Amino acid sequence: MSTHTRATATSVRSSIAVDAPIERAFQVFVQDFGRIKPPEHNLLGVELAETVFEARAGGRVFDRGVDGSECHWARVIAYQPPDRIVLGWHIDPRWQIETDPARTSEVEIRFIAETPERTRVELEHRNFERHGDGWEGVRDGVGDARGWPLYLQRYADLV
Amino acid sequence: MALGDPTRKAIFELLVDRPRAVVELAGELPVSRPAVSQHLRVLKHAGLVVDRPQGTRRIYCVDPDGLVALRTDLERFWGSALATYKTAVEQPDEEET
Repeated sequence: MSTHTRATATSVRSSIAVDAPIERAFQVFVQDFGRIKPPEHNLLGVELAETVFEARAGGRVFDRGVDGSECHWARVIAYQPPDRIVLGWHIDPRWQIETDPARTSEVEIRFIAETPERTRVELEHRNFERHGDGWEGVRDGVGDARGWPLYLQRYADLV
Repeated sequence: MALGDPTRKAIFELLVDRPRAVVELAGELPVSRPAVSQHLRVLKHAGLVVDRPQGTRRIYCVDPDGLVALRTDLERFWGSALATYKTAVEQPDEEET
């Protein structure tokens, strides 16, 4: 496999090399992000119509459902084409939306030109500990039908 | 499948609610203390719970530093996303087929 994933206590790193110039590598990542992310991670209660990636610092990343509902699950902290993107990750460990920026992790995506036709993409999702400020938030979700069963299923799949 | 067993899952959920001793867990579930201990050993081995001594008892709680599920979810999420991305970016330039 050409994807390499490595985990530390509070971060995940993943990188991949693609046969494309850096500009295209960057552009496709942003424009096609809705197609790239695994579809089962849609937090909307309805069918997904589109994923919007507002391509600027301060922009938002959100899913829009067929009924017009929106789920804002990331914010753009840095947008530096074609080299770097940093996202704030507003999804908590229960896969629920976290509205407090202090309790969000962050994702940095770096694009590095290995040759004019080949680009390495390095992704680091870090600062998970910000989500894990005690388990109070997680505990609150125990009775929520969408929270724990989903979370426990993932736990179960893992172990 | 550390949580595949319904009793084990119930024990884990009780520990998510708050830390508990074996005797408390046994009091809230229709199982014996030795059975609870057995399940706790499995959960501990899987890295889902930790224990600490308190007087003569041991208190079990969900591993607060683990964030195991989140990390695993995100490893999967990004691994899958980057693989899909590679396919998309290496396609000839034809938008929206």
